[in-house]
Amino acid sequence: MIFSVHVEVRLRPGIADPQGSTIERALPTLGFDGVKGVRVGKSIRFDIDAADESAARAEADDLCRRFLTNPVIEDAVIHVEAGAAAGATS
Amino acid sequence: MSRRVGVVVFPGSNCEQDMLEAMALVGAEPELLWHGDETTNGVDAVIIPGGFAHGDYLRPGAIARFSPVMAAVAEFAAAGGPVVGICNGFQVLTEAGLLPGALQKNRGLKFLCAPAELRVESTDSILTRSAEAGAVLQVPINHFEGNYTCDAETLAQLRDENRIVLRYVDNPNGSVDDIAGVCNAGRNVVGLMPHPERATSELLGSTDGLALLRSIVA
Repeated sequence: MIFSVHVEVRLRPGIADPQGSTIERALPTLGFDGVKGVRVGKSIRFDIDAADESAARAEADDLCRRFLTNPVIEDAVIHVEAGAAAGATS
Repeated sequence: MSRRVGVVVFPGSNCEQDMLEAMALVGAEPELLWHGDETTNGVDAVIIPGGFAHGDYLRPGAIARFSPVMAAVAEFAAAGGPVVGICNGFQVLTEAGLLPGALQKNRGLKFLCAPAELRVESTDSILTRSAEAGAVLQVPINHFEGNYTCDAETLAQLRDENRIVLRYVDNPNGSVDDIAGVCNAGRNVVGLMPHPERATSELLGSTDGLALLRSIVA
């Protein structure tokens, strides 16, 4: 069965985010004065062929820990849904 | 005595030829090690040079760490063999778990290419044993992701065990505790962002890198 996986890679709390703070500093010049706490991450999507949803999740979990994130500085939030991602072509 | 020095080449490495020349200058017999070969070829020391291994895709070093040669490098390091990672090589070693911490984008988000002053904080490592404690060395930096970071517990451990071997005199990139280079617990694996191979001749503006490179073959 095919599952579509969406991984959000985020910097762990407390890890400095130079991109986020640069964006945050730029916002007031555009008139956005109330925006705080900007954090920049990555979004990674793929499909997994697995027996069921928990197997798909376990595999995604493992590959996030070993490859897609650097656990020293990053966390991952993993979303799993049944069916190939719409528009995925590869 | 370490004489034969292997310089690892990944697709995207770009400092390996400089490294060969620099190591020959300090009396080593340098040779290239190919990333696809699962061996360190019987060398006495391994250097992972700078560059953009595998295009730095995903994260610098993230893909390089899975190259066949890295299994051999890890085994070599575990047996006490000297391993030095410079710039991208430092990033590869942290990704491979051979050194603690990680290297993030520079504070200020600028690629930095400039001379830097480094203080030798510990001479108890494979890269600093021929240097003078407290000496300030002129060695250039050339990186976008050189901002060393680690959790508070790791930092305390690095300090307690005197494993911060080099610090920036004037922190250029936001690295925690001004860290320019660290070593592992065995002191035989060292990573640093500055490029000692680019400070090996008066023509390059400094010869201070020689003391570090000599340490590898001392």
